[in-house]
Amino acid sequence: MNQSISAAEELAALTAHDASCRLAEGTVSSVQLTQLMLDRIAASQNNAFITVNPKALEEAAAADARRQKGEARGPLDGIPMALKDNISTQGLRTTCASRMLAEFVPPYSATVARRLSEAGCVLLGKLNMDEFAMGSTSENSYFGPVRNPRDPQRIAGGSSGGSAAAVAENLAYFTLGSDTGGSVRQPAAMCGVMGMKPTYGRISRYGVVAFASSLDQIGPITKDAQDCALVLNAIAGKDPYDGSSLMNPLPDYLDALKDGAAGLRIGIPKEYMGEGISEEVRMAVERVAGLLEAQGAIVETCSLPRTEYALSAYYVISSAEACSNLGRYDGVKYGYRTQAYANLAEMIEKTRSEGFGDEVKRRILLGTYTLSAGYFDAYYKRAQQARTLIMEDFRKVFRQYDVLLTPTSPVTAWALGQKHANPLEIYAMDVCTVSVNVAGLPALSLPCGTDSQGLPIGAQFIANTLGEAVLLRAAAAAEKGGKA
Amino acid sequence: MTITIETVQHIAHLAKLQLSETEMFRLADEMEKIVGFADKLSELDIEGVKPTTHAVAVQNVLRDDELKPSYDREKILQNAPERDAACFLVPKVVE
Repeated sequence: MNQSISAAEELAALTAHDASCRLAEGTVSSVQLTQLMLDRIAASQNNAFITVNPKALEEAAAADARRQKGEARGPLDGIPMALKDNISTQGLRTTCASRMLAEFVPPYSATVARRLSEAGCVLLGKLNMDEFAMGSTSENSYFGPVRNPRDPQRIAGGSSGGSAAAVAENLAYFTLGSDTGGSVRQPAAMCGVMGMKPTYGRISRYGVVAFASSLDQIGPITKDAQDCALVLNAIAGKDPYDGSSLMNPLPDYLDALKDGAAGLRIGIPKEYMGEGISEEVRMAVERVAGLLEAQGAIVETCSLPRTEYALSAYYVISSAEACSNLGRYDGVKYGYRTQAYANLAEMIEKTRSEGFGDEVKRRILLGTYTLSAGYFDAYYKRAQQARTLIMEDFRKVFRQYDVLLTPTSPVTAWALGQKHANPLEIYAMDVCTVSVNVAGLPALSLPCGTDSQGLPIGAQFIANTLGEAVLLRAAAAAEKGGKA
Repeated sequence: MTITIETVQHIAHLAKLQLSETEMFRLADEMEKIVGFADKLSELDIEGVKPTTHAVAVQNVLRDDELKPSYDREKILQNAPERDAACFLVPKVVE
């Protein structure tokens, strides 16, 4: 009995690429892997999932049947995974963790969902998050907060908290999240897994519920760099349905894993290692630098002088775009509608007031304020000018460095409910991640040890536009160094 | 910048949100802090700096205007809170 429990634990803890090898060898089936995940999801107390896909086993059986006939589609065929609940899935409800969309069943699937399905992946279900992806703790969910599997009294990070917690608890072999200001990287850091936010436009956002359109990007959450490369290979690339998706040719991201750190030029921007960064986090990031230096990387301190303006620019831009994007929720075509109303205006106002949670309302109001008559130049336009300056800073440092190394989050996971009273205190925690979205750059959070309380710490690599391969190269080298 | 209750009321009206009095007081306070934080941007010298709307330059995407089937009407109406045959139903707007 105990032996079979530990065998199941071991099977659940596999990376996606190792699970893929087992499938290829025929030592395990997709139905077995999927049933294992479904059992673990049912037993979990951490609220990572909002909806379980009732057709998961059916999809797994189809993957097994393909393999039997020698028609397996590739390395992800038969691998059970899950998606953040702002990624539309045809026929399976997509709630954005909001009362507004609690019963919404999309008539079509997002391009990323379709591409993973075409790669043969089994969809286990939809993952909990902050409502409409607004938050850094995954506590702002209509379906209750996500708990951190490393310590259930603590937050899982956010907004893709369910996506990170599911991978950390071995409830899925990988997941997708979305990242507008750090929402893939920060929960990945807090749960001790890997999360990548690719270049703006590298992955199609068709079918992903919009939050801030000039910042949003989809990203994989995985157990290691090889899995991250595999998922990226499956989902990246031009999509005719997303005009902002990039046409640039796609490399095979697996190639980047072999290059090693020798000769890699790494800059550590001093603005990311100063005040507000916990000592244990700083030391963990320095350890990563040391591991890469030992493999022949060149590590130097550099500067991004306008970093301190990124957070203000981010909250102005993201809230302005959010208030516009969320204007569509009016109770007419889909979503929640209030019960009693005398006329159309009242119907819309009551629907929105009852359908949205506090944080979403706060952002809508802030966005409406900064876009309203008399304030546009002082806030939104100025934030976009700050954006130009922040991008200039990055352009300068990337003349000298291949990749930058910073903390992902200034602190490790805090207790559930701890920062409820002061929204600004939570906003300030995004200080290490938001510049990347403002500048449209790719970045990756690498798990790099734990603090004295055993809580995971994340180190962030940032690369120049379309530099996903160099992120994977640095991450794979750091993983190797960590094991040696 | 002080955010008054009247400002919150005005903004909520523009955003089509109804707020209780308690919410209004709380939000005035919170928004004042958040807007104060956004005011940090006023320190930046932005004279002559061009605003960035898109961080990654993209070209205009053109395609041929081909006729393709769209979604089935029934499927689109499936999520409607209230419907009547082939229409979304809302309260009467013209007398």
